[in-house]
This record gives sequence, structure tokens and C-alpha cells, in this order.
Amino acid sequence: MRIAVLSGKGGTGKTLVAVNLATVGAPSIYVDCDVEEPNGHLFFKPVDIHEEEITVRIPIVDHTACTGCRKCVEFCNFNALAYTDKLLVFDDVCHSCGGCLLVCQENALAEREKNIGRVQAGTSGDVSVLTGILNPGEASGIPIIHRLLDSSGEAKASTPVFIDCPPGSACIVMESIKDADYCVLVAEPTIFGVHNLNMVYELVSLFQKPFGVVLNKCLKGENPAEAFCVEHGIKILARIPFDHELGLLNSDAKIAAQEDETYQELFWHLLQTVGQEVTDETTAHS
Amino acid sequence: MKQLLILSGKGGTGKTTLASAFIKLSGARAYADCDVDAPNLHLITGWTAEPKRSDYYGLPVAEIDPDLCTGCDLCRQHCRFDSIESGETYRVLAFSCEGCGVCEYVCPAGAARMARQTSGELMLYRDEERVFSTARLKMGSGTSGLLVSEVKANMKEEAEDAPFAIIDGSPGIGCPVIASLSGVDMVLIVAEPSVSGISDMERIIRTAGTFGVQTAVCINKSNTNAVNAEKIKTFCKERGLPFVGEIPFDPCAVEAINDGKTIVDIDCISGVAAKGVYEQTMKLLFKEEGSKHYERKLQSEL
Amino acid sequence: MKIAVPADQNNMKTSVSASFGRAAFYLVYDSETQEGKFIDNTAAAAAGGAGIKAAQLVVDSGADVLLTPRCGENAADVILAANIRMYRTLYESAKQNIDAFLEGKLPDLDEIHAGYHGHRG
Repeated sequence: MRIAVLSGKGGTGKTLVAVNLATVGAPSIYVDCDVEEPNGHLFFKPVDIHEEEITVRIPIVDHTACTGCRKCVEFCNFNALAYTDKLLVFDDVCHSCGGCLLVCQENALAEREKNIGRVQAGTSGDVSVLTGILNPGEASGIPIIHRLLDSSGEAKASTPVFIDCPPGSACIVMESIKDADYCVLVAEPTIFGVHNLNMVYELVSLFQKPFGVVLNKCLKGENPAEAFCVEHGIKILARIPFDHELGLLNSDAKIAAQEDETYQELFWHLLQTVGQEVTDETTAHS
Repeated sequence: MKQLLILSGKGGTGKTTLASAFIKLSGARAYADCDVDAPNLHLITGWTAEPKRSDYYGLPVAEIDPDLCTGCDLCRQHCRFDSIESGETYRVLAFSCEGCGVCEYVCPAGAARMARQTSGELMLYRDEERVFSTARLKMGSGTSGLLVSEVKANMKEEAEDAPFAIIDGSPGIGCPVIASLSGVDMVLIVAEPSVSGISDMERIIRTAGTFGVQTAVCINKSNTNAVNAEKIKTFCKERGLPFVGEIPFDPCAVEAINDGKTIVDIDCISGVAAKGVYEQTMKLLFKEEGSKHYERKLQSEL
Repeated sequence: MKIAVPADQNNMKTSVSASFGRAAFYLVYDSETQEGKFIDNTAAAAAGGAGIKAAQLVVDSGADVLLTPRCGENAADVILAANIRMYRTLYESAKQNIDAFLEGKLPDLDEIHAGYHGHRG
């Protein structure tokens, strides 16, 4: 089963949940799709790391063949080409669509590979850790997400996969949940949290992904996130109380389920609940 | 107009909480929420009136007219973004389409065409004294960077004579963050004393550094891990980055926010600490003018 | 010589635009005829690469010199490749900067900033 963990708002506890689920669910695969700010590897501290470079294709110019017709400059929707006395290519705004090569009648354009980041595959006990890392300054991590999800797809069908998604609900989040069987939405008890929970709620609904909510950092008193779930008939998978000890463990990049029996149990129960939800979904749709 | 941008790298460190406190303390006449993927600032800045709304058009998205399509498959073969689905009818997966125009170019039947699309909505709140610019990106859209640029442009246009503006940024280091860095005078990084927070802080500082913007750092929830808080202070010292203060974790902050108030609207420890961070930050922001404006404001408050 | 300046309005009383790539117009002033012509900046609405497209417009206008408060590195690459010299504006009024340039009083534009590509996400 492939479980995506997302939240809309940053800092609600996606990594906490994804890392601990992968730990209690081992042997498993943990995939860090938050390629701008990957954090899971800090908890797992994986070893035996194999690194793969991720590249995109960028045009290069044969200036002797180029006649300066400017068809490519006119075509490019991203303004990545300009012509003065020769053709100039701007790597950082190029979207690698290959269109300029198609429109060139003079065979003056070819392509080269440009590195935008990397995927690291390592192990931490029984957990396979896949981490995507985008180079600072690069605009889009989507090609890295594609490679991450492809790599995780090579695993045995019986090995659960836990996908730690980026914050927000933009296209990079959509790419991360594309082939998930189930989505775990992590919410915090603040109005900010609910506002952003609503956004990912719309997102998973749009993609028709079955989902449930984990309420994190629960305090005494009213919980606007819980109220939201009740109002929309959303299943609450677990409640994690606000706990200084958990905060301290987490801030030291320790995996709570390994350090503390209470959390071992909590996440084990959560895993069972999610597993049951996935089974119910499969039955319902078969 | 001097612009202060608040960033963090990691999500959930307290950018919006702190931005709202700064706005309250400074009586800022112009401010913006550039976290267009997940905007939150409007929830605690106490606006009751409806904003002026306008559609935001990002890049055009391709569409295939089934009546003209001959099923030749050329579009799908050339699409590098896996955005065309073949089948009985060919269709474009709008959420993955990058708007490159290749399918339109190769289509022999004129069935594939680029069409303008609303990718979000801009909102401008204003009254006699203040301007607040924000936006919401439609789910799954790209071009958040351009939307961020428009949020800032809207703010500048409406509040031309405001002496300074406070901008609440987004998490990460990607496109919307890069776009928000354009034209700002100073970046305040809100750091969290956790291993993840420090790692993310280093990446955002590197990103901001590429644009040569003056950067200062503060620590939020500083007492949740004293060792890590020290690490951050040492990091700043080693790199010559001004450290402008720290704010302790405070459960009252959650209460305030959930009541739609800022932490400086109520009596609490985080509010007091935030005031200190604010004063240090504004001193740096107005350094060039010999802190004249800032001191005048401070004088008028005393 | 032809002098280009990014402009907020399309008349000679215009102020200099704070942004090169997203200026509303470009003023192209001919120092011989003392006439100014205004080009619409079609790059201003671009999702990304605005600076590059704007620079292409300036190059195509036949400008010899560009006066601007700042310029991103991609746009600068285009401008410099076309052998257009860049100078830093000192005043708000476009005309004042042009006069200052003609008197040799404007400094070279030394600092080129990294691009702000506002696109994609």
C-alpha cells in the first residue's frame, strides 16, 4: 500500500507521522518528496547511500548553423531564448519542453543535460529511505519527484510505502500524491491549520483519494481542526497530544516510536487503522 | 518603500504569527501575504470588509478539441510532461500541463490549442489607512512565482507612499520564495531550534544569499531545545548574520491566534519577546537613514 | 545616440521604473533629434523570463545605451551581448537621468543581481 502524508500548512507534523509510520511498519519504504527542504533523512540517518543525479534537458546552440531567424525566440513561452548577434539560451528559465528544437529549421539546436538535484537511496534498519534533494536556486522539483516515485514503485508489492509530501497544495504536492492509495492529512489545532487543512481536503477530494485526518499537537479545549472534521464527516485516524517530550525528541531528530513505548504504541495503532481503511477501500471498490 | 520579508525555510516556525505582531506594532500601512499556496495572514489581521478580487491568469493550458482530433498521437509523443492521455478521446491533464505549446505546434489538425486559464485569485483589502494584498493559488497550479510578483505589485501600487511594508513569505526555497525576494530590502528568517529547522534555515539563507539581500535571524519557540538554539546563534555569529532575538514557546500564542488576535494584542511572554525582535529588526531595516524614521515612530509611541 | 530608460508612464515627464524587466514602458530617447519614443513592455505580463524578453525589446529598439536603477543577470547578459552599455540612474525623473548621462555624470551599472524568475512552481 502507498500512503501519502500531507498537510497544507507547514510544521504540522507530516514528517513526524511519515517517519514514525515507516518505522513501525518496517520493512517499509520512506519517500521524502519535500525536495526543497527534505528532513526525513535527518531522523533515519540512512547508510549505504547510492546517489543518482537528476537532470533536465537544456538546448545548446550550433552558432555556425543558426541563421538568426528567431523562430525559437518567438515560440518559447518561457522567454528562455534571446537573439542579439547570436542566440542566447537561459538555462534557469527553460522548462525543457523541447519546443525550440522542433521549430528550428536549420538544425542549429541540440540538447545537453543540466543537473537540478539528486535522489539518495539508503537504508536505516528495515526502512529503505529515498530522499529527493533540489539544488537551491532551481525553480521546480517535479522531475525529482517523478524519479522518487518511480524508484519506490520498484519495490515488492507487499512492502508499504510512506510518502512524505511537501507543504502547500500546488502542483508539486499533486505530483507527490498521484499514485497514493490513501492520504493521511495531518492537522494542528489552530485556525491557520484548519484553513490549510481545508485546502488539502479539497485537493484529495478532487483527486478522489481516500483519506483520513491525524490531529496533532492536541491541547485541552476547543480544537478547530477537530470541529472541521466533524463538520465534514471526515474520519479522525488518531489524536496526538501536545507533549513537550515529543517536541524535544523530534527537535533532536529522534524517532519517537523507537525512543518511547507510548509512541511506539500510538503509531502502531495508527498504522493498523490506516491499513484497515485501505483494505476497506479496496473491498468497497472491487 | 522599504520592504521587510519574513521567511523560514521550514514550515510552521511562526512566520505569520510574527508577521502579524510586527504589523500591529509598527502600524504598517502596507503588508502582503506571499504564501499564495497556503495564505493565512488574513485570518488575524482583522479585516471585515470584502476585498477587491481579481482573477489571476498563469500560463495558458493546452486543451484538445475532440471534434477536430484525429488521434494521430503526435501530441502525446512530444509532450515531455506526461500531460496528454490517449484513449478514445485524447485529453490534456490540466494539472500537469506546463503550458509550453509543443502540442499546439505539432498538431496537424488544429485540435490542440493553448487556452488562458484562471490559476488563482488576487485579493486587495484597503481602507483609509492600510493596504493588504494577498492571493490564493488555485489547487495544483504552477506559476506561483508570478502570482507572488502580482501580490507585491498590487501592494506597491495601492500604497505608493507607505514608508515600509511587511511581507509574510512562504516556506521552502523554490519559486514563490525566489519571487518574493525581488526588490526587498531585508529578510528576517524565523528559525526553529530543531535539527530539521536548522537544516532548512541553512538552505533558505543560502537561497537568500544568492540575491544579496540583507538577512537577519531570530529564533521562535527557542526554549523547546536550548542546545539547538545555541547552535543557531553560533551559526549566525560565524557567518556574520545579525541575530535579532528569540521568542519562547508560549501556549497563550495559540489561544490568541485562534481568537483572531496577534500575540501583541494580549499580555503574554511571546508578545513581549516579539516586541524585542521587532525593535532590533526595524533598527537594521532603517539603518541607512540613521534610524530616523524608526526613532520618530518609537518616540511617538512613548 | 539612442538612450533607453525603463519608464512608468509613456510621456517625457515619466519617472524611472524601479524594475527593469517589468517596467510598463521603455523610453527610447534620441539625443540627436531630442525626441522620445515609447515602447509598450509586452514582457511585463510574462510568467517568467520577463527580464530576458524586456532586454530583447530594448535590443530590437536599436538602443546604444541603457539607463536603469538595476538589472537582473539574465537581462544583463542579453544587453551586454548586444554591446549596449548600462548606467545606473540616480534620480526619479527619466529626463533628469538622461541629462545627467549626457553630461557624463551617471555611474556604470556594476551590480547585476541574480534573476527573480517568477514562474512555475
